[in-house]
Amino acid sequence: MLAQLLQFLFSGLTVGATYALAALGFTLIYNASNVINFAQGEFIMLGGMLAVFFTQSGLPTPAALALAILLPALVGVLVEKLAIEPAKGAETVTLIIITIGASLVIRGLVQVWLGKGTFSLPAFSGDTPIEIFGATLLPQSLWVLGATACVVAALWYFFNRTLSGKAMLATSYNQLAAQLVGINTNGVLFISFALSAALGALGGILITPITLTSYEVGIMLGLKGFVAAVVGGLGNGLGAVVGGLLVGILEAFGAGYISSAYKDAIPFVLILLILFFMPRGLFGARVTDRV
Amino acid sequence: MSLLDVKQLSIHFGGVKAVQEVSFSIDAGIVYSVIGPNGAGKTTLFNLITGVYKPTHGEICLDGESIVGKSPNELARRGMARTFQNLQVCMNMSALENVMVGAHLRLDRNLIKAALRLPSLARRDAELREEAAGLMRHVGLEQYIDARADSMPYGALKRLEIGRALAMKPRLIFLDEPAAGLNPKETIEVDELVRKIAASGITVVLVEHDMKMVMNLSDRILVLDYGKKLAEGTSEEVRRNPDVIAAYLGAHA
Amino acid sequence: MFKRAYFGLYLVIVVLAVLPFVVPNSFYLDLATRMAINAIIVLGLNLLIGFAGQISLGHAGFLGIGAYASAILPTHFGWHPLLAMGAGAALTGLLAAVLARPIFKLKGQYLAMATLGLGIIISIAVRNEADWTGGPDGMPVPAFGLLGFELSNDKQWYWVVAVLLAISTWATLNLIDSPFGRALRALHGSEVASSVVGVNVVRYKVAIFVLSAVFASLMGSVTAHYVGFVTPNLADFGHSIELVTMVVIGGMASVYGSLIGAVLLTALPQALATFEGWETVAFGAILMVCMIFLPKGLVPTLAARFGKGG
Repeated sequence: MLAQLLQFLFSGLTVGATYALAALGFTLIYNASNVINFAQGEFIMLGGMLAVFFTQSGLPTPAALALAILLPALVGVLVEKLAIEPAKGAETVTLIIITIGASLVIRGLVQVWLGKGTFSLPAFSGDTPIEIFGATLLPQSLWVLGATACVVAALWYFFNRTLSGKAMLATSYNQLAAQLVGINTNGVLFISFALSAALGALGGILITPITLTSYEVGIMLGLKGFVAAVVGGLGNGLGAVVGGLLVGILEAFGAGYISSAYKDAIPFVLILLILFFMPRGLFGARVTDRV
Repeated sequence: MSLLDVKQLSIHFGGVKAVQEVSFSIDAGIVYSVIGPNGAGKTTLFNLITGVYKPTHGEICLDGESIVGKSPNELARRGMARTFQNLQVCMNMSALENVMVGAHLRLDRNLIKAALRLPSLARRDAELREEAAGLMRHVGLEQYIDARADSMPYGALKRLEIGRALAMKPRLIFLDEPAAGLNPKETIEVDELVRKIAASGITVVLVEHDMKMVMNLSDRILVLDYGKKLAEGTSEEVRRNPDVIAAYLGAHA
Repeated sequence: MFKRAYFGLYLVIVVLAVLPFVVPNSFYLDLATRMAINAIIVLGLNLLIGFAGQISLGHAGFLGIGAYASAILPTHFGWHPLLAMGAGAALTGLLAAVLARPIFKLKGQYLAMATLGLGIIISIAVRNEADWTGGPDGMPVPAFGLLGFELSNDKQWYWVVAVLLAISTWATLNLIDSPFGRALRALHGSEVASSVVGVNVVRYKVAIFVLSAVFASLMGSVTAHYVGFVTPNLADFGHSIELVTMVVIGGMASVYGSLIGAVLLTALPQALATFEGWETVAFGAILMVCMIFLPKGLVPTLAARFGKGG
């Protein structure tokens, strides 16, 4: 009983950490620009696929992984420069379509370049499972959780203790006011996309040894990251992390105890319930419209 | 019995007490003005009475019946109309259509009849078009009858909002700074328009910074300061009130 | 302005009437039929997205309900196709109404999330309930017949769909220039202004959401009978996006934009099929370029350029 429960918890936390990183990516971009970036999932896919490609082409692992994070960050910047900036001020739907267009281009290019196959990465420190109360924990899960924790801590430090981080926060509250006090809001947009893409890619790399990857994994991972961001109250960084872990855990429990066929539906059922009963997510602030 | 009775009305946003225990009543058929420095809570008061905000506590009665918690569209049904300090014009529609929307509650809003464009509905819409054009002339917008709302200048949009509110055939109209940002000539036109509205028997509640306009027009004036009622009375009474003088001219006056 | 709006309708009717006599072969007639079906769905979706300003990223889910109702109910329960179609539409309407009430108290992004979620749940259910739906492989749909007359060949289907499209276009034009339609557009322009003139904002949003969902469901049924086969792809997220794209590319809040958007995006995959493997990239690139350079969509942008109302 306990062993099974723990087992589901472990796998839920592991995949939840990936959702959390994706949700943080959504949150960063949403705060900087009010855009829901539907290409976020493709950054996750890019991270995994590029890590596979670079390691298979013989690069030493650290270099391969670094490239697999930097390249998606570059792609993120390109998306921002070529697609989001020129369309500034467009309606929400228009911006959503633009990011969907970007995601199709990224996915399509990877499909042409690396094919439709499914790939894996060797685990970072072996496959010998660790046993805890009868449940097994893969060493890779520790990598996922540890790296996510480090990233969250670093982001927290960045946003609360550094001037650039505070500038980014200020921009999310009021873009015009931020501009007036001399913050380069375009720079903020630029950094947000680079950072979001890098976070997504990192998640993609870490999870690939466990779940495998292919050119089309980005769709579902991205949508679940979006769910996680909304669960936490869109725009709330801590909420995104909690939302990601929660979505991952509930998905694992749902798959284990209810139906594995409906695993992918669980996050969406969850979000509908939350929107029904807590319309602004778990941590969303109540906002009064000014008229 | 007064048309509108407000008792001990308060609203808090977090720690900010935007309106505190304000009471007053408005008789039917008069021009009632609300004045006060920026941030005194005038617009918040309008938002409370017209149902856009829910008060933290207090009572608002229309015809002696409580209307607290009623939504704006229910209040519209009871004859309340308003304009907005920062414009709320539908920029995706023509100027004339903006006025036509004001007549919403007086029309047959049936979806099926609309889709089939039944002759009765089409006829009523044609009449409404004429009526709305007439209203636009009435508020001084004759040259914009065929214009798109997003091509109109600021001063004209202010009057477009008044036209839309009048299309409701209201009993009570709240005008939130109708002359703000207008030049002196336009201000005089708005002054005349408000007189015409009042003369037609509609009760007018006015928020305005232009003191000359307020003093000339108003039957009674409510003065707010920091969300509290500072004074209330005829323009003569308010003008002489020492608290009002202090608030407007600074403590050492 | 509005008398002129109806000129386009006559043009649409003429084109629809002439088309079957000028298309070279049945491939193009089939393409035209699918364009017309999509156009009807997009007309409804544009009322929601373009006119009322509300986003839905899950309309393919509603389409899927209609399609599978028309497949499952006659096959497994022997229902008459017309009854099945009605049942699908009723279920869709009910689901949309139950979902919409709480959701429409929220703003855009949350609505996008909720509709997206519903669509995905429906498509996953369709994939998993293989006993009823045939699972990922799909299932055949019985022919559509009424009063002993069976719709079987392509020409008959074309005429049925063409008439439906003409009626839908006419009804949509009527609707947007009516008290109901003005209220819809007004709440897009300013929610608070429309509520203070007496528009019950939530009720109008729910009404148009339900209406557009029911449209999608009915056309899902039509698609199912016309193609004779349903697959889960009909209900997929990707299909929802395709429908929204038709609205946005053609032009939000533009009746004729809906038609143009549907025509172009139905034809596009055919045109791109020659790209062999690059279709996805090309499709994505076209979406981005259109939206960046024509953010209001084709018809409104062109109409503004040539100084006419859309």
